[in-house]
Amino acid sequence: MMRHIISILMENESGALSRVAGLFSARGYNIESLTVAPTEDPSLSRMTLVTRGNDEIIEQITKQLNKLIDVVKLIDLADSFHIERELLMIKVKTTPEMRDEIRSMADIFRGKIIDVTPTTYIIEMTGPSEKLDAFIAAIDPESIIEAVRSGPTGISRGELGLHL
Amino acid sequence: MELNGAQIVVQSLIDEGVEYIFGYPGGAVLHLYDAIFQQEELKHILVRHEQGATHAADGYARATGKPGVVLVTSGPGATNAITGIATAYLDSIPLVVISGQVSLPVIGSDAFQEVDMVGITRPCVKHNFLVKDVTKLAETIKKAFYVATSGRPGPVVIDIPKDITAPHIKVPYSYPDSVSIRSYNPVVTGHKGQIKKAVELLLSAKKPIIYSGGGVVLGEASEQLIEFTRTLGYPITNTLMGLGSYPATDKQNIGMLGMHGTYEANMAMHESDVIIAIGARFDDRVTGKLDLFCPNAKIIHIDIDPASISKTVRVAIPIVGDVKPVLEQMLELIKASTIKIDADALAQWWKQISEWQAINCLEFDRSSPLIKPQYVIEQLHEVTQGNAYVTSDVGQHQMWAAQYYKFNKPRRWINSGGLGTMGFGLPAAIGVKLAFPDEDVACVTGEASIQMCIQELSTALQYKTPIKILNLNNRYMGMVRQWQEFSYESRYSHSYMDTIPEFVKLAEAYGHVGIRIDKPEEVRPTLEAAFAMKDRTVFIDIMTDRTENVYPMIEAGKGHHDMKLRVAIGTSTDRELA
Repeated sequence: MMRHIISILMENESGALSRVAGLFSARGYNIESLTVAPTEDPSLSRMTLVTRGNDEIIEQITKQLNKLIDVVKLIDLADSFHIERELLMIKVKTTPEMRDEIRSMADIFRGKIIDVTPTTYIIEMTGPSEKLDAFIAAIDPESIIEAVRSGPTGISRGELGLHL
Repeated sequence: MELNGAQIVVQSLIDEGVEYIFGYPGGAVLHLYDAIFQQEELKHILVRHEQGATHAADGYARATGKPGVVLVTSGPGATNAITGIATAYLDSIPLVVISGQVSLPVIGSDAFQEVDMVGITRPCVKHNFLVKDVTKLAETIKKAFYVATSGRPGPVVIDIPKDITAPHIKVPYSYPDSVSIRSYNPVVTGHKGQIKKAVELLLSAKKPIIYSGGGVVLGEASEQLIEFTRTLGYPITNTLMGLGSYPATDKQNIGMLGMHGTYEANMAMHESDVIIAIGARFDDRVTGKLDLFCPNAKIIHIDIDPASISKTVRVAIPIVGDVKPVLEQMLELIKASTIKIDADALAQWWKQISEWQAINCLEFDRSSPLIKPQYVIEQLHEVTQGNAYVTSDVGQHQMWAAQYYKFNKPRRWINSGGLGTMGFGLPAAIGVKLAFPDEDVACVTGEASIQMCIQELSTALQYKTPIKILNLNNRYMGMVRQWQEFSYESRYSHSYMDTIPEFVKLAEAYGHVGIRIDKPEEVRPTLEAAFAMKDRTVFIDIMTDRTENVYPMIEAGKGHHDMKLRVAIGTSTDRELA
């Protein structure tokens, strides 16, 4: 079951998201993560969807997505060289003696501390999902109050691009 | 010209060339009905239940090739239409369904007769729209017709809030000649390289078969299919949805394939080395168990919908395109090709097929003192000279109609193939008769199916659509009973009704002619008398042999080569049923 990251350009209209989500549930495909936001052209939204499946399933997923009237274009980023990034915001409990260690850990992972209270830090970090997994694994699980992840978004390298 | 929203809807439909709109009024569409009242061009057909409206529009669409149009109110009106919308969706029938909605400011407040129609219909429409701006109304209607009728056709819903049709808000009106949608560009012509490869494979086949489906009917490609098939001299089999696209009585046609297809068609599929699927989608009722499907065949698949290709069966050569131009492109190449068809191999193949045909899988007991349903359909074919439009409901009678009414023309066979909707036949027949008032229209049904939309008998009277209803009455939900006999040791759980209405009286109560027959010798004269009554709807309640099953049959989990055939004739009617 290969992991695929499908990037979709779609009409920025109400209901467009539910058409995609509904398609996945109706046909029994799984969605690992989904991010969506308008693009530089406000009439278009860009959705990045991570799913798993063998070649036949992924072929059906892309065909069925293309069939939706609101879908303008899509690419499977896993087919080519691409860059993926995910945003993590994580809130951790800090005791005075732990503070330095957490700060240096965040530095190692190129994270930033974006909020500080006497007893907590919020660390912001972007990167491929595996890097965020590694950071979370490196922190004492007892200290994690809350972790928020955006789900990955991606872009293909070079002159290739998903646009009108 | 300035019009209000309701007038815009009506005028747009007129400008689109719509002849009939099938509907039922209610609160959210009162403005629209008022606009309909004040004109005469667009004819409204008042049904008795919204399901009937969608099926009638669907029957009209299947028979004419034009989109069917429906108008229902919000809430229950809209939900009642769902079954008909899903029916059209599964068979790729173009419908435009206009549903009323509560006014924009109260959407989402659980208002009286509010349902989220766009949400509810999303999985069973090709597309849907909620109109939030009266100035977008005409354009949205144009888009709906464009989407419904182009590419792989299908139903489109336009949900219109009541305030959008308010009489006092007038805006400039013009109906667009055409419309384009940047995210929707259906492919028409096929890829030349793929077509060339397909032709080479096809011409070098030793045991070829043409497997054609509803796409040929929808794509108006019957003429091309006939020329293509005759040029090649190959055997052809039609799906349930493709019946009539190639003449059933032609010697190259070896019958329907699939669960209740002919023995020869299924065996030929199984043994073939090259299959060309034309506008067919490898439905599970066609393929049987996928692991056993056509083990030796290389498959060419022509379909306008890329998602239909390699969905369940992997194919060697996919061709995305409209079947008509693709067949034309292929024919040109075939005629110009230097590859010679292996005539010896083909003769051998036909010899093999004729051996399978010799089993005579559709034979039935002709000496029975009871009315055999197969005999009724044969007689219907003879009395109507094979020219009738035949609608059906779902079950045994549907399969018998498909097997024994030899359809020689496309669009004459009107049935719910994909969704399998009981209740479809009667309203569909009304839609067909409105489109073709001078043609014979027969509804082949059963005593269970007919009761699901029987209220439309009233519509048939109001609009004077004289159809002939052949009720194959075996006092069972026959197909359910058949499966229970085969797979559940004849435990006939709820597959019969203790009380069946007296259909003759029922027909008469609705103002029609009712006739009941129970002897084989009555079938022919009754059918002749019924079709001679040109201006009356006739309900013929035909008491058939209740033990009869549909044969041959591929049972669940079996392959094409493993069909259950009828046991020797003369022994089958001895069975006692509950």
